[in-house]
Amino acid sequence: MATDVHRAVSPAATGAAKAVRVEGLTRSFDGRAVIDDLRLDIEPGEFVALLGRSGCGKSTLLRILAGLDRDIEGTALVSRRRAVAFQAPRLMPWKKVWRNVLLGLPGRPERSVAERALDEVGLGHRSDAWPKTLSGGEAQRASLARALVREPDLLLLDEPFGALDALTRIKAQRLVGELWQRRGCAVLLVTHDVEEAVLLADRVLVMDSGRIAHEQRIDLHRPREITDPRFAGLRAGLLERLGVHTAAEAA
Amino acid sequence: MSISHAPPNSPEPDISGISKSVEAGPEEPGHAAPDLQPLVPASSRRTRVPRWLRRTAGPLLLLALWQLLSSTGVLASGVLAPPGRIAQVGWDLVADGSLPSAMGTSLRRVAAGLLFGTVTGTGLALVSGLFRVGEDLVDAPVQMLRTVPFVGLIPLFIIWFGIGEAPKIAIITLGVTFPLYLNVYAGIRGVDSQLIEAGESLGLGRWGLVRHVVLPGALPGALTGLRYSLGIAWLALVFAEQVNADAGIGFLMVQARDFLRTDVIVVCLIVYAFLGLLADFIVRSLERLLLQWRPTFTGR
Repeated sequence: MATDVHRAVSPAATGAAKAVRVEGLTRSFDGRAVIDDLRLDIEPGEFVALLGRSGCGKSTLLRILAGLDRDIEGTALVSRRRAVAFQAPRLMPWKKVWRNVLLGLPGRPERSVAERALDEVGLGHRSDAWPKTLSGGEAQRASLARALVREPDLLLLDEPFGALDALTRIKAQRLVGELWQRRGCAVLLVTHDVEEAVLLADRVLVMDSGRIAHEQRIDLHRPREITDPRFAGLRAGLLERLGVHTAAEAA
Repeated sequence: MSISHAPPNSPEPDISGISKSVEAGPEEPGHAAPDLQPLVPASSRRTRVPRWLRRTAGPLLLLALWQLLSSTGVLASGVLAPPGRIAQVGWDLVADGSLPSAMGTSLRRVAAGLLFGTVTGTGLALVSGLFRVGEDLVDAPVQMLRTVPFVGLIPLFIIWFGIGEAPKIAIITLGVTFPLYLNVYAGIRGVDSQLIEAGESLGLGRWGLVRHVVLPGALPGALTGLRYSLGIAWLALVFAEQVNADAGIGFLMVQARDFLRTDVIVVCLIVYAFLGLLADFIVRSLERLLLQWRPTFTGR
């Protein structure tokens, strides 16, 4: 837990060197603080997973970092080039997949730009399809392509695999891992799946009642194996932090 | 079929032909024998008569009954002319050019009213749908005016606009405006907030959101509104043309009424129905073209 990433340096000096720098962040709904004096730094290129029970404020934090929620107090510095992929793919159903990918990009980007991003997520052949004809996994990959085409320094993922079936989820997790290694952007992955967090992240944060309650570095080599005993140990430790006791301990 | 718990001597088995060929296993205690039901393939249940024939049979039967009643004298021609005669009169009216010219006049009125009504209805809905201030200023008065039956305004419109084309077009405009307003407004407000948020996160500005998210999202509602509006436009036309008209289908009908020509009246009614059908067809085609992104349920 003890890390020195929170050393006090002047904001101007660190703002450029970090993908996210948040200090004293508070967000209240009707007087109830959902995020309470939170502090978080993410290094460029770092993969951070944010775990927590539902309602702990992790999705609110992600929305704030995405710039979608501005009713905040405190300091929040976030990369200007950032992109979000939500739990639901949120594709515009009235735009073909490739137009969805290009939506909101400055200038008049060529279709080939979208095609390249779609190829990267293995969806090049569906570029001309209507979003409602895509399967859940395909739609989620299109949403990823839409995020990646912005060449973000920070990729915010809000439980992007939550709605996928088990097999599709494994593939999608692998894809995100590969994309991250290729692109080298910082990633903040909000999830409630401990396994997923340990599988992908450099650092796992556990959020509880509006703060980062626990921090765990994952130093396993990639690609990681679920069968690795150290993997199981990290997983059990994090589960305990989340208030779930594993069978081994119960015995 | 291979696992059959049915006792070999079960009374009247549904699948006697099959179950006899399979050697039923010994009855296990505790398992009640399931009652098997044969699932007949859907294709074998379909009737031989094609659907279009079944669909057209009803109207044709009705027509035959009408002709029968007319020729036996039960239905006097003063009450309702026989179908054969109506066809003849319809042909004559087309041949002497009076029906086409009346249709042209009526179509022009509907087109003008529809145009003005669409512009006002959509314009007002955009103002109140996209802007808070607009909603406060526009929505309440429109909702109030909406409750006034527009046909009741005909006397007032005659006083204001005289008896020319203006009051007729004004009535149609008024009738078209409200359903369009309501549906476009509801369409705009019904756009999924998640999509708007996604648009924001993609860096769309206010105008970009309106153009790429809000307006396309409101389109299905707008087209529903247009369909309602078209129905009302024809209704408004009928009312408007029965007042001081000197041309148009309504005028033809009023004239026919004075001469007790039920055949001409029926021809005019058929023309109205046909024009309504045509308008509906146009909107449906428009929907197919503009809403092709929607996976539609085509029915079985």
